[in-house]
Amino acid sequence: MKKPSRAPFYVVIGLLMVVGLTTAWMRHHQMEIPFTPGVQKPVWLIEARIDFDATGEPVTARLGLPDDPPGYRSFIEQAAAPGYGYSVVSENGVRRGEWSKREAVGAQTIYYKTQFIEVDSTGAAPAPFDVPKPVHVDWDGPSQETAAQQVLDTAYAKSSTPQSLARELIKLFNSETLDQNSALLLSAQTEKSILLEKLINQAGIPARPALGLYLEDARRHQSLTRLVQVFNGEQWVLFNPYTGEQGVPENLLLWHTGGESILDVAGGNRSRVSFSMIHQTVPALDLIKAQYKESVFSVLSIQHLPIEEQSMFKLLLLLPIGALVVVFMRIIIGLKTSGTFMPILIAMAFLQTSLVLGVVSFVSVVAIGLVLRTYLSRLNLLLISRIATLVVLVIFIISVLSLVGYQMGLNTGMTITFFPMIIIAWTIERMSILWEEEGPKEVMVQGGGSLLVAILAYTLMQFSLVGHLTFNFPELNLVALALIMLMGQYTGYKLSELRRFRAMVDNANVGKLNDTSKGAD
Amino acid sequence: MSAPSTAAATSAPTGIKRWWNSWVSPWRLKSMGILGMNCRNHDFIATYNPRSLFPLVDNKLKTKLLAEEYEVATPKLFFVVHVQHEIATIENKLMELDAFAVKPAKGSGGKGILVIIGRKGDKFIKSSGAEITIEDIKRHMTNALAGLYSLGGKPDVVIVEDLIQFDDYFKDYSYEGVPDIRIIIFKGYPVMAMLRLATHKSDGKANLHQGAVGVGLDIATGRALKAVQHSKPVTHHPDTKRALNEIQIADWRNWLLLASKCYEMTGLGYIGTDLVLDKVRGAQLLELNARPGLAIQVANGRGLLPRLRHVESLKARMHRTAEQRVDYAMKTFTAEGL
Repeated sequence: MKKPSRAPFYVVIGLLMVVGLTTAWMRHHQMEIPFTPGVQKPVWLIEARIDFDATGEPVTARLGLPDDPPGYRSFIEQAAAPGYGYSVVSENGVRRGEWSKREAVGAQTIYYKTQFIEVDSTGAAPAPFDVPKPVHVDWDGPSQETAAQQVLDTAYAKSSTPQSLARELIKLFNSETLDQNSALLLSAQTEKSILLEKLINQAGIPARPALGLYLEDARRHQSLTRLVQVFNGEQWVLFNPYTGEQGVPENLLLWHTGGESILDVAGGNRSRVSFSMIHQTVPALDLIKAQYKESVFSVLSIQHLPIEEQSMFKLLLLLPIGALVVVFMRIIIGLKTSGTFMPILIAMAFLQTSLVLGVVSFVSVVAIGLVLRTYLSRLNLLLISRIATLVVLVIFIISVLSLVGYQMGLNTGMTITFFPMIIIAWTIERMSILWEEEGPKEVMVQGGGSLLVAILAYTLMQFSLVGHLTFNFPELNLVALALIMLMGQYTGYKLSELRRFRAMVDNANVGKLNDTSKGAD
Repeated sequence: MSAPSTAAATSAPTGIKRWWNSWVSPWRLKSMGILGMNCRNHDFIATYNPRSLFPLVDNKLKTKLLAEEYEVATPKLFFVVHVQHEIATIENKLMELDAFAVKPAKGSGGKGILVIIGRKGDKFIKSSGAEITIEDIKRHMTNALAGLYSLGGKPDVVIVEDLIQFDDYFKDYSYEGVPDIRIIIFKGYPVMAMLRLATHKSDGKANLHQGAVGVGLDIATGRALKAVQHSKPVTHHPDTKRALNEIQIADWRNWLLLASKCYEMTGLGYIGTDLVLDKVRGAQLLELNARPGLAIQVANGRGLLPRLRHVESLKARMHRTAEQRVDYAMKTFTAEGL
């Protein structure tokens, strides 16, 4: 009988650990599941309010909605408008929310709420599928046209790229001493962003308007800021026509891009949209629930199960921790327990009740059971029916204790019904036999050992960190598995043996019955 | 280690110090070659005892039948109770028996063994002297059949066998019970032996943890080496006051041979054999244990590991017969040797 090599075993152990830990780490990294419970994430709650006066005809209100704005990720959006149908439609690559109602009269208000998390805007926005073309520009009369051409020439001479052209133009419009041509243009079109967009298009470079929202905590009645996006041949670059700022500033949420109007209302007039926003924190776990539904890693997420199954899994996934405690206490410490895994089940029951109440009721149920069992042993019943009798009795004991607890105003008394009755019945049976055969001391040792292991397992399982990790990173149970298997290979002494064999050291030089040095005769 | 023990001798240490002194370092245990539970389970039981052979020793009926087949001496089997309804008429079968032992076939650790040493009218006399009725015996059998004493509560059968007429030699050494000799057989070699003497405390049972006296026996000679009760050294039997150092098992080589044959009989590499001495029939195999306990080390005052590792290092088929193995063991595993 040759001993098999242990190398494959350790490879498996190592593999389990690596797989468990890396999966957990990747899920933490990719899905932003926090490693500790109660982590809060800042989000922006933005509310768009649409007001208009309905004329009594069928109403259709359409609002441009943000679509993957750089630097932010939307995770919840909802619309609130009583009596209105709502859907999100996509037209020409623009997301729009559409509210509709057959009949409406008077002032109408529609709310659209969305939450955004700030994310690292890594790299540039993806290049559009079709390269945009510059639009044809018409000017109001030849004087305007000449002025525009001259402004463009000035800026064009000083620039080399679409971006630098845009910057030069913005500089011209915003300089303290406006030149004649700029002043002429601005007098006809006061909105600088429209002017800028027209001029850049005239230069043969695609440009389009963009509407952005500057995020500031607890602001109300904010409106969108008009900005210009210039196409530099690869992607759209954002410019602020008032400050000349290039790119998306940190606190700017790009709400809407393109030439389409942000809001149009059919069947109403005096329509307007305003925004209020608030910076708040939400539990990071709620964010995960709302997003990443399609992620590869989300397959391992229990959060996507129905709530009922989730709470079952929450308990189930704690079991390996309990098993780990039992294995440790029995192999390394050498504690005697009654029944191998009974302590885990007791610990699970403690999770449902509370520790003190659980211990008290467990001990009293077992004690009452033992008393009743001594009577049963006189009845000379067959084992199976005796166990079954005990099960029924245990149920009675628990019911009575619950009722008494309830009458005494202890609502928690009801929770002792979570105890595993069959297991308790068996425990009582075994302890009773143990009492008869080995005396009460051994009952105390094994019963106390079981209770100690149960309390330890409970203490570990009720840590919110442990619950959080096992529930959100089920793969970490592979690590527990590896540890359990590793302990299965432990051939060293148990802690209890360091005491048990103490006597051998003490006896080493005393108590020799025969002086063997003389040899046997 | 020696410093605290001298301190202990001069002034009685209290509290933490005494608590600390009740421990021993694992390195010390290792240097003494003491076999621990985990090591026994992993390196010896799991490695040398194939699972499929366990029923041979876990079931006393199978062991008994096998022993008869291999001509290993064992107490005579009177009858077997297989099913519940046989118990109703058990009086008839017990009628002609004066002394007998009732054992659940799958009982472990001496659980469920009822020893009747005689009768007094309708009553049966237990080895402890207590009197019980036929109803008590029936209930005991019912419990045993239902699996109360078997591992995992599995249904069981009850065997009723001849009671050992224990030899007068041990009369003064044992109180209210049959003394037995436990010999650990590793790969057919007897590696360690002890004599277990029942005491008043152990209720006639020869279990060390119940208070029986364990006397370590020299494999080479069959003489007593050391004796312990509850891990404390003793020199005399606590009840009979007989000096234990005079113990010398007669015909020692035969005992070892009987035990050693159990290796061929079962095919299990690491077993504990429990032998008793019958007045008429000599050494008898009482039962086998595939998970023999570790207390034998305390009784002998030495660890099992050096001897086990030595046997492991021996070449396969170096000794083909039980006789060769026993001779080798008697030569090698002496009190002052390995």
